[in-house]
Amino acid sequence: MSDPINLISQWFANLLLSWGLAEGLVKVISSAIGAAIVATLGLVTVIALIWVERKIAGRLQDRLGPNRAGPFGLLQPFADIIKIFTKEITTPNGADKVAFNIAPVLAMASVLLIWAVIPFAATVVGTNINVGVLYIVAVGSFGIVAVLMAGWSSNNKFALLGAFRAVAQMVSYEIPMVIALLVPVLLARSMGMNDIVAAQTPWFIVIAPLAALIFLITSMAEVGRAPFDLIEAESEIVAGFHTEYSGMGFGMFYVSEFLHVWTVGALMATFFFGGWSGPGAENLPILGIVYFYIKTFIGYFLVTWIRLSLPRIRIDQLLAFNWKFLTPLALVILIATAIVDKALEIAGVERWGYALIMLAVNLFIGWVTILILKAVEPRRKRQRVEFAPRPVAVAPKTPDS
Amino acid sequence: MSGLEIIFLIVAGVTLLASLFVVTTPNLVHAALWLILALFGVAAAFVLLNAAFLAVVQVLVYIGAIAVLMIFAIMLTRRVMKDSGPQTNANWVWAALLGLLLFAGLTFVLINSGAEQASLPALALDADPIAQLGQELVSPNAYVIPFELASVLLLAAMIGAIVVAWKK
Repeated sequence: MSDPINLISQWFANLLLSWGLAEGLVKVISSAIGAAIVATLGLVTVIALIWVERKIAGRLQDRLGPNRAGPFGLLQPFADIIKIFTKEITTPNGADKVAFNIAPVLAMASVLLIWAVIPFAATVVGTNINVGVLYIVAVGSFGIVAVLMAGWSSNNKFALLGAFRAVAQMVSYEIPMVIALLVPVLLARSMGMNDIVAAQTPWFIVIAPLAALIFLITSMAEVGRAPFDLIEAESEIVAGFHTEYSGMGFGMFYVSEFLHVWTVGALMATFFFGGWSGPGAENLPILGIVYFYIKTFIGYFLVTWIRLSLPRIRIDQLLAFNWKFLTPLALVILIATAIVDKALEIAGVERWGYALIMLAVNLFIGWVTILILKAVEPRRKRQRVEFAPRPVAVAPKTPDS
Repeated sequence: MSGLEIIFLIVAGVTLLASLFVVTTPNLVHAALWLILALFGVAAAFVLLNAAFLAVVQVLVYIGAIAVLMIFAIMLTRRVMKDSGPQTNANWVWAALLGLLLFAGLTFVLINSGAEQASLPALALDADPIAQLGQELVSPNAYVIPFELASVLLLAAMIGAIVVAWKK
């Protein structure tokens, strides 16, 4: 009874076999159903996430958030879904019809495909391929293609500008992200997601906090949310690459963005928070799923919190931050981790001693980074923009005062 | 015909058709998008050969980096929504002939190599193929010199790019 999900899938496979289906066919059918369940789970999660995010946003902005439809506004996402489904799907004049309509599907797929390799529990994982980490990065590149297709096929200047920004941002932030992802791969000695989870004693957030930080920052840039939301900066380029989309076309971009944030939480949990591991999760996989979801939510909340707290950065700041700060730091961390890891392996330091030394190395690199930043900052000429003094609004005199 | 063969035929057909459209479509962005499909077909072929690492790297490097940069460059040209005229010039007959000749030559070599009787070599299940690949790449008895040469080449290209882009 400890593993109901595999129990059900076993029972189902045996049922099909008893009907006289070939073994290969049964495997194909089981895999297809598993894929459908994982994908649907992701999409259903988004319904809840929209409500959660709006509630968090409301609280952080000193509002109530949705509170009209149903208790605590819980039915609000359903009202939104019905509304968005009934909207007309328009294709603008001069747009490239095929590319225009494929782009949202591709954007959605690029996020959903990541869930194929994420381990929910020790035994509950879509497919445990040995190149899991690379697979995640590769699948993410479909998202870039989707944004490019959407921006180009819309036949709209703002959409094209948004797509340009998106590609500049996504392609450049992919580099420190991949380097930061190499750190858990190096520590776990494997690219398989389940192996990385199993290797985390203690969690990699303790052993490699700087890599976790870089991964968090760069994945936020990949998602394209504030403070990295230049790709759809509504005060500059309307809505960026999805300016021309309406109805469910826009809805798919919207949902894929939400799901992407949730996926970032899941990746943070898998790579740095120990994934499904926790007390009793080895023997009771169903407990692992609970731990995994709690950790994913922590990562998700972190991203949302940052999104709601920071203003948008400029494009030059965005690129300078990536190329002059994140990429060199990621490279230094990777090299330092590799050298120290090998030295400790030769010296025979295990477990907690190993973790403490790794943590100390990370803190030292962080401290030196801050020192360098402090030394560089005063030398750089600040560009000050001076405005003419603006008239201050004065309250009109009321008769009784 | 086994299921694997059917999948291979579909993948190969899609790849070939997509490659054909790359050179015939009058729209440059469409050509780049068809190229992405063709490259993806090659990745799928790698998956069918049990080469997961190559498949993933194919998608990552060719679709995620090269194709995206190509589209990016094409989009920076003017009138990207318009067709750029016919994709062939007077030499298309010779090019087609050369292509056919190359295809015939490759087919001839493949048929005479006895590859159709060969079966997939069994993978050593106890060892991680990625770890083996990594060790081969840095092993002095194997591929360390080509690997380092490629690294130096890429480094030189990177430095060259920085020098070209450097503000005087």
